Amino acid sequence: MELILFYIASTVAVLATVFALTRSNAAHALIYLIVSLLAVAVIFFLLGAPFAAALEVVIYAGAIMVLFVFVIMMLNLGQEGDARERQRMHPAVWIGPSILSAVLLIEMLLVIAKLDGLHSGALIGPKQVGLKLFGPYVLAVEIASMLLLAGLVGAYHVGRRFRVTEPSEQPPKNGGVS
Amino acid sequence: MDGLAIPLNHVLIVALLLFITGLAGLMFRRNVIFMLMALEVMLNSAGLAFVAAGTAWQQADGQVIFMLILAVAAAEVSVGLGLVLQIQRRFRTLDMDQAKRLNS
Repeated sequence: MELILFYIASTVAVLATVFALTRSNAAHALIYLIVSLLAVAVIFFLLGAPFAAALEVVIYAGAIMVLFVFVIMMLNLGQEGDARERQRMHPAVWIGPSILSAVLLIEMLLVIAKLDGLHSGALIGPKQVGLKLFGPYVLAVEIASMLLLAGLVGAYHVGRRFRVTEPSEQPPKNGGVS
Repeated sequence: MDGLAIPLNHVLIVALLLFITGLAGLMFRRNVIFMLMALEVMLNSAGLAFVAAGTAWQQADGQVIFMLILAVAAAEVSVGLGLVLQIQRRFRTLDMDQAKRLNS
Protein backbone atom coordinates (compact mmCIF):
# COMPACT_ATOMS: atom_id res chain seq x y z
CA MET A 1 0.00 0.00 0.00
CA GLU A 2 2.71 2.45 0.97
CA LEU A 3 4.65 1.42 -2.09
CA ILE A 4 1.83 2.25 -4.50
CA LEU A 5 1.19 5.58 -2.81
CA PHE A 6 4.90 6.31 -2.94
CA TYR A 7 5.09 5.60 -6.66
CA ILE A 8 2.08 7.80 -7.37
CA ALA A 9 3.48 10.63 -5.26
CA SER A 10 6.90 10.44 -6.87
CA THR A 11 5.35 10.42 -10.34
CA VAL A 12 3.40 13.53 -9.40
CA ALA A 13 6.57 15.13 -8.02
CA VAL A 14 8.67 14.48 -11.11
CA LEU A 15 5.88 15.47 -13.52
CA ALA A 16 5.13 18.68 -11.65
CA THR A 17 8.82 19.57 -11.54
CA VAL A 18 9.24 19.00 -15.26
CA PHE A 19 6.15 21.07 -15.97
CA ALA A 20 7.34 23.80 -13.60
CA LEU A 21 10.68 24.19 -15.31
CA THR A 22 9.27 24.13 -18.84
CA ARG A 23 6.58 26.81 -18.46
CA SER A 24 7.09 30.18 -20.04
CA ASN A 25 4.99 32.08 -17.50
CA ALA A 26 6.63 32.36 -14.10
CA ALA A 27 3.34 32.36 -12.17
CA HIS A 28 2.18 29.13 -13.82
CA ALA A 29 5.54 27.54 -13.13
CA LEU A 30 5.22 28.56 -9.51
CA ILE A 31 1.92 26.70 -9.15
CA TYR A 32 3.50 23.54 -10.56
CA LEU A 33 6.48 23.99 -8.26
CA ILE A 34 4.19 24.19 -5.24
CA VAL A 35 2.49 20.96 -6.35
CA SER A 36 5.90 19.34 -6.64
CA LEU A 37 6.82 20.41 -3.11
CA LEU A 38 3.52 19.06 -1.79
CA ALA A 39 4.22 15.75 -3.51
CA VAL A 40 7.63 15.58 -1.88
CA ALA A 41 5.92 16.29 1.44
CA VAL A 42 3.66 13.28 0.84
CA ILE A 43 6.77 11.19 0.15
CA PHE A 44 8.27 12.39 3.45
CA PHE A 45 5.10 11.40 5.25
CA LEU A 46 5.10 7.97 3.66
CA LEU A 47 8.74 7.55 4.63
CA GLY A 48 7.81 8.02 8.28
CA ALA A 49 9.06 11.57 8.69
CA PRO A 50 5.94 13.61 9.52
CA PHE A 51 7.90 16.52 10.97
CA ALA A 52 9.89 16.95 7.77
CA ALA A 53 6.65 16.73 5.80
CA ALA A 54 5.07 19.49 7.88
CA LEU A 55 8.17 21.66 7.51
CA GLU A 56 8.16 21.07 3.78
CA VAL A 57 4.59 22.32 3.50
CA VAL A 58 4.91 25.22 5.92
CA ILE A 59 8.32 26.59 5.01
CA TYR A 60 8.98 25.46 1.44
CA ALA A 61 5.51 25.51 -0.10
CA GLY A 62 4.42 28.31 2.23
CA ALA A 63 7.09 30.81 3.11
CA ILE A 64 9.65 30.43 0.33
CA MET A 65 7.06 30.26 -2.42
CA VAL A 66 5.37 33.35 -1.00
CA LEU A 67 8.68 35.16 -1.57
CA PHE A 68 8.59 34.07 -5.20
CA VAL A 69 4.97 35.20 -5.52
CA PHE A 70 5.83 38.62 -4.08
CA VAL A 71 8.72 39.11 -6.47
CA ILE A 72 6.72 38.00 -9.50
CA MET A 73 3.94 40.37 -8.45
CA MET A 74 6.43 43.21 -8.07
CA LEU A 75 7.88 42.53 -11.49
CA ASN A 76 4.53 42.23 -13.23
CA LEU A 77 3.18 45.53 -11.99
CA GLY A 78 1.51 47.74 -14.54
CA GLN A 79 0.83 47.25 -18.20
CA GLU A 80 -0.71 43.89 -19.08
CA GLY A 81 -1.85 42.97 -15.58
CA ASP A 82 -5.54 42.80 -16.44
CA ALA A 83 -5.11 40.70 -19.55
CA ARG A 84 -2.81 38.39 -17.64
CA GLU A 85 -5.33 38.04 -14.85
CA ARG A 86 -8.11 37.21 -17.29
CA GLN A 87 -5.89 34.65 -18.97
CA ARG A 88 -5.08 33.15 -15.57
CA MET A 89 -8.74 32.33 -15.09
CA HIS A 90 -8.68 30.18 -18.22
CA PRO A 91 -9.19 26.49 -17.39
CA ALA A 92 -6.20 25.40 -19.44
CA VAL A 93 -3.98 27.20 -16.96
CA TRP A 94 -5.13 25.67 -13.71
CA ILE A 95 -6.42 22.26 -14.79
CA GLY A 96 -2.99 20.60 -14.76
CA PRO A 97 -1.95 21.61 -11.23
CA SER A 98 -5.48 20.88 -10.02
CA ILE A 99 -5.37 17.30 -11.29
CA LEU A 100 -1.96 16.71 -9.76
CA SER A 101 -3.01 18.14 -6.40
CA ALA A 102 -6.25 16.16 -6.51
CA VAL A 103 -4.15 13.00 -6.78
CA LEU A 104 -2.23 14.10 -3.70
CA LEU A 105 -5.48 14.90 -1.88
CA ILE A 106 -6.82 11.41 -2.60
CA GLU A 107 -3.59 9.95 -1.25
CA MET A 108 -3.91 12.02 1.90
CA LEU A 109 -7.50 10.84 2.41
CA LEU A 110 -6.33 7.24 2.02
CA VAL A 111 -3.62 7.80 4.60
CA ILE A 112 -6.04 9.43 7.03
CA ALA A 113 -8.51 6.57 6.56
CA LYS A 114 -5.98 4.32 8.23
CA LEU A 115 -6.17 5.48 11.81
CA ASP A 116 -2.53 5.03 12.78
CA GLY A 117 -1.33 6.41 9.48
CA LEU A 118 0.69 4.72 6.80
CA HIS A 119 4.40 4.88 7.03
CA SER A 120 7.38 2.89 6.01
CA GLY A 121 9.48 1.31 8.72
CA ALA A 122 10.01 3.16 11.97
CA LEU A 123 8.25 6.44 12.56
CA ILE A 124 10.68 9.20 13.47
CA GLY A 125 8.61 11.83 15.21
CA PRO A 126 9.27 15.45 16.12
CA LYS A 127 10.45 14.50 19.59
CA GLN A 128 13.40 12.49 18.34
CA VAL A 129 14.26 15.18 15.82
CA GLY A 130 14.15 17.86 18.50
CA LEU A 131 16.33 15.82 20.85
CA LYS A 132 18.90 15.38 18.09
CA LEU A 133 18.64 18.98 16.97
CA PHE A 134 19.28 20.56 20.35
CA GLY A 135 21.60 17.81 21.54
CA PRO A 136 24.47 16.82 19.27
CA TYR A 137 23.54 19.28 16.55
CA VAL A 138 23.23 22.45 18.61
CA LEU A 139 26.30 23.91 16.93
CA ALA A 140 24.65 23.43 13.55
CA VAL A 141 21.61 25.32 14.86
CA GLU A 142 23.87 28.22 15.79
CA ILE A 143 25.47 28.13 12.35
CA ALA A 144 22.03 28.11 10.75
CA SER A 145 20.98 31.11 12.82
CA MET A 146 24.11 33.00 11.76
CA LEU A 147 23.42 32.02 8.15
CA LEU A 148 19.86 33.33 8.39
CA LEU A 149 21.11 36.58 9.93
CA ALA A 150 23.60 36.95 7.09
CA GLY A 151 20.81 36.23 4.62
CA LEU A 152 18.63 38.88 6.26
CA VAL A 153 21.32 41.53 6.13
CA GLY A 154 22.28 40.56 2.61
CA ALA A 155 18.71 40.63 1.34
CA TYR A 156 18.20 44.04 2.94
CA HIS A 157 21.37 45.39 1.40
CA VAL A 158 20.81 43.92 -2.06
CA GLY A 159 17.11 44.66 -2.21
CA ARG A 160 17.19 48.32 -1.22
CA ARG A 161 16.74 51.01 -3.79
CA PHE A 162 20.02 52.55 -4.83
CA ARG A 163 20.09 56.24 -5.60
CA VAL A 164 20.10 56.57 -9.36
CA THR A 165 21.74 60.00 -9.22
CA GLU A 166 25.17 58.46 -8.82
CA PRO A 167 26.80 57.97 -12.19
CA SER A 168 27.94 54.45 -11.39
CA GLU A 169 24.40 53.42 -10.53
CA GLN A 170 22.86 54.47 -13.82
CA PRO A 171 21.09 51.60 -15.58
CA PRO A 172 22.65 51.07 -18.99
CA LYS A 173 20.38 52.10 -21.80
CA ASN A 174 21.34 49.25 -24.11
CA GLY A 175 20.63 46.49 -21.63
CA GLY A 176 24.24 46.01 -20.62
CA VAL A 177 25.36 44.60 -23.94
CA SER A 178 28.46 46.24 -25.29
CA MET B 1 16.46 -1.44 7.32
CA ASP B 2 13.96 -3.91 8.72
CA GLY B 3 10.35 -3.33 7.84
CA LEU B 4 11.05 -0.59 5.35
CA ALA B 5 8.17 -0.88 2.91
CA ILE B 6 9.65 1.60 0.45
CA PRO B 7 13.05 0.52 -0.88
CA LEU B 8 15.75 3.10 -0.29
CA ASN B 9 16.96 2.69 -3.87
CA HIS B 10 13.67 3.88 -5.28
CA VAL B 11 13.58 6.98 -3.12
CA LEU B 12 17.12 7.78 -4.13
CA ILE B 13 16.18 7.31 -7.78
CA VAL B 14 13.33 9.80 -7.35
CA ALA B 15 15.70 12.24 -5.67
CA LEU B 16 18.14 11.75 -8.55
CA LEU B 17 15.42 12.44 -11.12
CA LEU B 18 14.39 15.61 -9.29
CA PHE B 19 18.01 16.72 -9.08
CA ILE B 20 18.60 16.08 -12.79
CA THR B 21 15.46 18.01 -13.65
CA GLY B 22 16.60 20.93 -11.52
CA LEU B 23 20.10 20.83 -13.00
CA ALA B 24 18.76 20.76 -16.56
CA GLY B 25 16.43 23.64 -15.73
CA LEU B 26 19.32 25.60 -14.25
CA MET B 27 21.41 25.05 -17.36
CA PHE B 28 18.78 25.57 -20.03
CA ARG B 29 16.66 28.39 -18.65
CA ARG B 30 18.00 31.91 -18.87
CA ASN B 31 15.32 33.61 -16.78
CA VAL B 32 16.62 34.41 -13.30
CA ILE B 33 13.40 33.42 -11.57
CA PHE B 34 13.39 30.03 -13.26
CA MET B 35 17.02 29.52 -12.35
CA LEU B 36 16.19 30.18 -8.71
CA MET B 37 13.28 27.73 -8.93
CA ALA B 38 15.65 25.11 -10.35
CA LEU B 39 18.00 25.72 -7.42
CA GLU B 40 15.09 25.18 -5.06
CA VAL B 41 14.25 21.89 -6.78
CA MET B 42 17.85 20.73 -6.44
CA LEU B 43 18.02 21.62 -2.74
CA ASN B 44 14.71 19.89 -2.23
CA SER B 45 15.92 16.70 -3.87
CA ALA B 46 19.01 16.74 -1.66
CA GLY B 47 16.71 17.05 1.35
CA LEU B 48 14.67 14.12 0.08
CA ALA B 49 17.79 11.99 -0.14
CA PHE B 50 18.77 12.98 3.41
CA VAL B 51 15.37 12.17 4.87
CA ALA B 52 15.22 8.86 3.01
CA ALA B 53 18.64 7.82 4.26
CA GLY B 54 17.79 8.89 7.79
CA THR B 55 14.63 6.81 7.68
CA ALA B 56 16.45 3.82 6.26
CA TRP B 57 18.81 3.76 9.24
CA GLN B 58 16.05 4.85 11.63
CA GLN B 59 17.96 7.87 12.81
CA ALA B 60 16.67 11.41 13.20
CA ASP B 61 19.85 12.89 11.71
CA GLY B 62 18.41 12.99 8.22
CA GLN B 63 15.57 15.24 9.29
CA VAL B 64 17.98 17.48 11.22
CA ILE B 65 20.07 17.96 8.09
CA PHE B 66 16.85 18.57 6.16
CA MET B 67 16.04 21.44 8.50
CA LEU B 68 19.49 22.90 7.94
CA ILE B 69 18.89 22.60 4.18
CA LEU B 70 15.63 24.51 4.73
CA ALA B 71 17.55 27.31 6.43
CA VAL B 72 20.09 27.39 3.60
CA ALA B 73 17.31 27.49 1.01
CA ALA B 74 15.52 30.31 2.80
CA ALA B 75 18.68 32.41 3.05
CA GLU B 76 19.65 31.67 -0.53
CA VAL B 77 16.27 32.50 -1.99
CA SER B 78 15.92 35.76 -0.06
CA VAL B 79 19.29 37.05 -1.29
CA GLY B 80 18.61 35.68 -4.78
CA LEU B 81 15.26 37.40 -5.08
CA GLY B 82 16.84 40.64 -3.90
CA LEU B 83 19.32 40.21 -6.73
CA VAL B 84 16.42 39.58 -9.13
CA LEU B 85 14.88 42.89 -8.13
CA GLN B 86 18.20 44.68 -8.65
CA ILE B 87 18.73 43.06 -12.05
CA GLN B 88 15.22 44.01 -13.14
CA ARG B 89 15.77 47.54 -11.88
CA ARG B 90 19.09 48.01 -13.63
CA PHE B 91 18.83 46.05 -16.85
CA ARG B 92 15.05 46.12 -17.38
CA THR B 93 15.16 42.42 -18.18
CA LEU B 94 15.33 39.09 -16.40
CA ASP B 95 17.58 37.47 -18.97
CA MET B 96 20.81 36.37 -17.34
CA ASP B 97 22.74 36.67 -20.58
CA GLN B 98 22.00 40.38 -20.56
CA ALA B 99 23.39 40.70 -17.05
CA LYS B 100 26.73 39.06 -17.60
CA ARG B 101 28.74 42.20 -16.96
CA LEU B 102 29.28 42.39 -13.24
CA ASN B 103 30.30 46.05 -13.20
CA SER B 104 27.84 47.83 -15.42
